[in-house]
Amino acid sequence: MYEGYESDMITTSVTLAGVQFKNRVLVASGTYGYGDDTIELVDVSKLGGIITKSLSMKPRDGNPPPRIVETAGGMLNSIGLANIGVHRFLTEKLPFLRTLDTAIIANIAASSIDEYCNVLDALEAEKGINGYEINVSCPNVKEGGLSFGTNPTMVEEITRRLRSRTKKLLSIKLTPNVTHISEFARAAESAGADALSVINTLIGMGVNIHTRKPMLSTVTGGLSGPAIKPVALAKVYEASKAVKIPVIGIGGIMNANDAIEFLMVGASAVQVGTANYIDPGAGIKIAEGIRVFCEAHNLSDVGDLVGSLDAKTEFSAISSWL
Amino acid sequence: MIQSLCTVHNVEQVAENIFVLTFISPHIASVTKAGQFVNIRVAEGVEPLLRRPFSVCRTEGECVEIIFNVVGKGSSVLRKKQSGDLIDVLGPLGVPFSLFEDDFDTGVLVGGGLGVAPLPISTATLVARQKSVSTFIGSRSKRQLVKNHLVNVHVATDDGTEGLHGTAVDLLKKHSDEYRYRRPKIFACGPTKMLHAVAAFAIANSIPCEVSLEGPMACGFGICQGCPVELVGAERKYALMCKEGPTFDVRRIRI
Repeated sequence: MYEGYESDMITTSVTLAGVQFKNRVLVASGTYGYGDDTIELVDVSKLGGIITKSLSMKPRDGNPPPRIVETAGGMLNSIGLANIGVHRFLTEKLPFLRTLDTAIIANIAASSIDEYCNVLDALEAEKGINGYEINVSCPNVKEGGLSFGTNPTMVEEITRRLRSRTKKLLSIKLTPNVTHISEFARAAESAGADALSVINTLIGMGVNIHTRKPMLSTVTGGLSGPAIKPVALAKVYEASKAVKIPVIGIGGIMNANDAIEFLMVGASAVQVGTANYIDPGAGIKIAEGIRVFCEAHNLSDVGDLVGSLDAKTEFSAISSWL
Repeated sequence: MIQSLCTVHNVEQVAENIFVLTFISPHIASVTKAGQFVNIRVAEGVEPLLRRPFSVCRTEGECVEIIFNVVGKGSSVLRKKQSGDLIDVLGPLGVPFSLFEDDFDTGVLVGGGLGVAPLPISTATLVARQKSVSTFIGSRSKRQLVKNHLVNVHVATDDGTEGLHGTAVDLLKKHSDEYRYRRPKIFACGPTKMLHAVAAFAIANSIPCEVSLEGPMACGFGICQGCPVELVGAERKYALMCKEGPTFDVRRIRI
């Protein structure tokens, strides 16, 4: 469908904190495993980057079922950071990830500051990881998670401790479950973060009215999918205005148009999450769709879209309404 | 596993509120083994958002059949599919029933309600392997009974409108002389309560038994981690239903 276009006419790549991404579309943590589950289906090297499932020091079993439920235009999850632990990741998953021609970002989750540091140290000792994303915003675990991410002093402290241990890209993944995300964005920036990942899931719940039971075993969970996109856009807009470091936009991106909205409100790159469950090739299609959009609008660099929102001049009629 | 757009061959009502959808996929039809499933995107757009998993019911030539009850958003869309419509299918997924092993001579098939779904393809495999087959199926009433492409079938209904007035498990127990001395292995699919009873019976009588589980899942191949099944006596607490199941030896899991 897009054949005949010269792909080298438009710059799709971007360098953030020294890491080169071949395009601005990454797959979000927890929505692509460790990159090896989809190889039968898609050429994952065409992605801008892969962010791993959150890694903790020891393996975590995760929460009891039911862990997921579909909602209107979205889904609730309560996986509970189920993961194989950093050591098995290094021996069983990293060798494969090294063979991919795409950026690899390791996501780290922990229930103490020391654990964050220990996981990062274990990863830092190995080749093949381009950077780290720090999960201080998981709504589905008792310790750590949101209790860190909703306290700006804690976000600053975690960022500072990790910053002192690595020169690689360090992005802090913020929660939308706060009043002013800009406060947290500034806290992470002041402590030396290279980037911010905005947003993690929103706290939500559902009820089975026939059994009077919650839809998830943990009662509440994290809402994701297209339902949260407007919230995510507003948070990315707020965060990117508050800081100078790049913001990576996340939240309900299903297609290229969604991704372009995020770029326009200030995201330097985006992550595709829930869409991967429906189409494991979604990220690649979105990257291509963004390139085609730039071509149609005579832009030579996808970066020209970043922060290009025009919120000042008169509003035009919304042609897509009908 | 492949992801492909498949042409709907037809949708046919086979019982009250129960439909069989046949789609064309030479690959899925040729490689799918009994107990595996497909994950279908029933509509473009975001309603419903997630794919819907269905056991493969039967394959014939290039055709693949799934069977479903119209109960919600996904199945309501599927029943309205027309011949020639395209559906996005991911599959085959999951671990099949171990029908190709030689640790049994008689395949004992047990299906409750729409749990009959994987039984026709299982029957075809067992017959091709020249195994004996005993089939026990139960439904709420005669109106919801589906017994196409099965052999040596015993029927039970909750309301007694056909066959035994009772459940598939009642049948399994009542007719145990038919299979118990002929190296049986039970393959069961149905509601959790039924699987629990089948597992208890199998364990009490030292009969090997595998069950096919059903539950909410998003991706169908392991990236979402959304479908844990509790393991018994293992180092880790959970297996994933989609990737390590949906078929499990009953001794491995807590149903």
